[in-house]
Amino acid sequence: MSKVRVLVGTRKGAFILTADGKREKWDVSGPHFAGWEIYHLKGSPIDPNRIYVSQTSGWFGQVMQRSDDGGKTWYQPGTPKEEAMGAGGQPRGESNKFVYDASSSSGKPLTTHQWYDGTQHPWEFKRVWHLEPSLTDPDLVYAGVEDAALFRSVDGCKNWQELAGLRGHGSGPKWQPGAGGMCLHTIILDRTNPQRMVVAISAAGAFRTEDGGKTWKPINRGLRSQYIPDPMAEVGHCVHHVAMHPSRPAVLFMQKHWDVMRSDDGGEQWKEVSGDLPTDFGFVIDVHAHEPETIYVIPIKSDSEHYVPEGKLRVYRSRAGGNEWEPLTKGLPQANCFVNVLRDAMAVDSLDQCGIYFGTTGGQVYASGDAGDSWSPIVRDLPAVLSVEVQTLP
Amino acid sequence: MIRVVLPPHLRSLAHVQGDVTLEVAQPVTQRALLDALEDRYPMLRGTIRDHVTKQRRPFLRFFACEEDLSQESPDTLLPEAVVTGAEPFLIIGAIAGG
Repeated sequence: MSKVRVLVGTRKGAFILTADGKREKWDVSGPHFAGWEIYHLKGSPIDPNRIYVSQTSGWFGQVMQRSDDGGKTWYQPGTPKEEAMGAGGQPRGESNKFVYDASSSSGKPLTTHQWYDGTQHPWEFKRVWHLEPSLTDPDLVYAGVEDAALFRSVDGCKNWQELAGLRGHGSGPKWQPGAGGMCLHTIILDRTNPQRMVVAISAAGAFRTEDGGKTWKPINRGLRSQYIPDPMAEVGHCVHHVAMHPSRPAVLFMQKHWDVMRSDDGGEQWKEVSGDLPTDFGFVIDVHAHEPETIYVIPIKSDSEHYVPEGKLRVYRSRAGGNEWEPLTKGLPQANCFVNVLRDAMAVDSLDQCGIYFGTTGGQVYASGDAGDSWSPIVRDLPAVLSVEVQTLP
Repeated sequence: MIRVVLPPHLRSLAHVQGDVTLEVAQPVTQRALLDALEDRYPMLRGTIRDHVTKQRRPFLRFFACEEDLSQESPDTLLPEAVVTGAEPFLIIGAIAGG
């Protein structure tokens, strides 16, 4: 029978939740890396026991962790595991070294970006927000970082090299931090074209490469953001998350700061599909594993009130790719609930009956084994949830 | 032997319990001590000082002999009591966030 493994990053450690294909009884493992902020952890699609972790701290900076046994044991991937675990052997430490590539050969000059007060501010590495393991090579991993840039490791997270063409895109000085920082938070790989990737940055917008990351094009036409001087600007939009169904790489769904958007041409043009949502502010957006036109969002009241409207936790589902939405409430609190759901905190499994998962800033992780019709909490009292990923295992 | 006291999270990363003891070549400066610490425990590189600039991370402090040495030049000699091991060199996570 198939199994699912839910990988949860929180403000104070990582948790791994596992169940069989019925998704009724859950084992909870954690906290792993207790006390550290775990922005994201994600498994390799082709080697599911290979899990990569971004472990961060305002005090101690960035640390990378890796498991080769599905989260039972971990190590910093600076050196072979057997050496790291042996008497006297220690990892070399390169795995947490993220240095912007300003070299004349492969890099781009380190410039400035806009700061909160409108002045220019130098690019400074702070943390890894998102890890995206390759669809074909377990040693190839992409990392989206703050201040916004894309890094790549080709040796299983031991060493990192910036793909500087993105940061060096001429619009860089116009990028600016959102409230959470100037982060590259979304990385979408295209199964049909390994050279194509889509990334999203708060607050710059979405970008696409067709040459494996050497050059990038802003793909923000159609976005309208009242909070920037030119609402239709090429860059500067606070994109919160982008989702794609693997079978339809040209169709992208976006939860912008305000507005739920859709593109049918790989981001060349966006149109709003917020439709009848109670509010179109939010962070997460995801696509059903088997129905490419079925999408999910969790509306949040506003950018000044980061909690669900009316004290009701409601997932909204559209079976039409947007515009027409239905609230999904069965099993979710419908009174006195004031949690947020952050941008990387929703995921779907690929079992026949698609499972949907999300985590809240109140520490609950909810699961639906029937595509959102009903929900139940897997855990209720974790630290604030930063990210949720799910692995469907044989 | 020089004694270094690490904050708990860095002890976990380095897989050590209690104080760390180090041989540090003369002259014993803050820079020499941190270089020796990172040579012995490479997984700590980047967690105390920036990988490239070698600047102290903003929320960490260096204390010894009841003095805050955080703002001292990295090339200032450490107190004799630290060099002899009579007093530890403390790496402290600043109390921040309430």
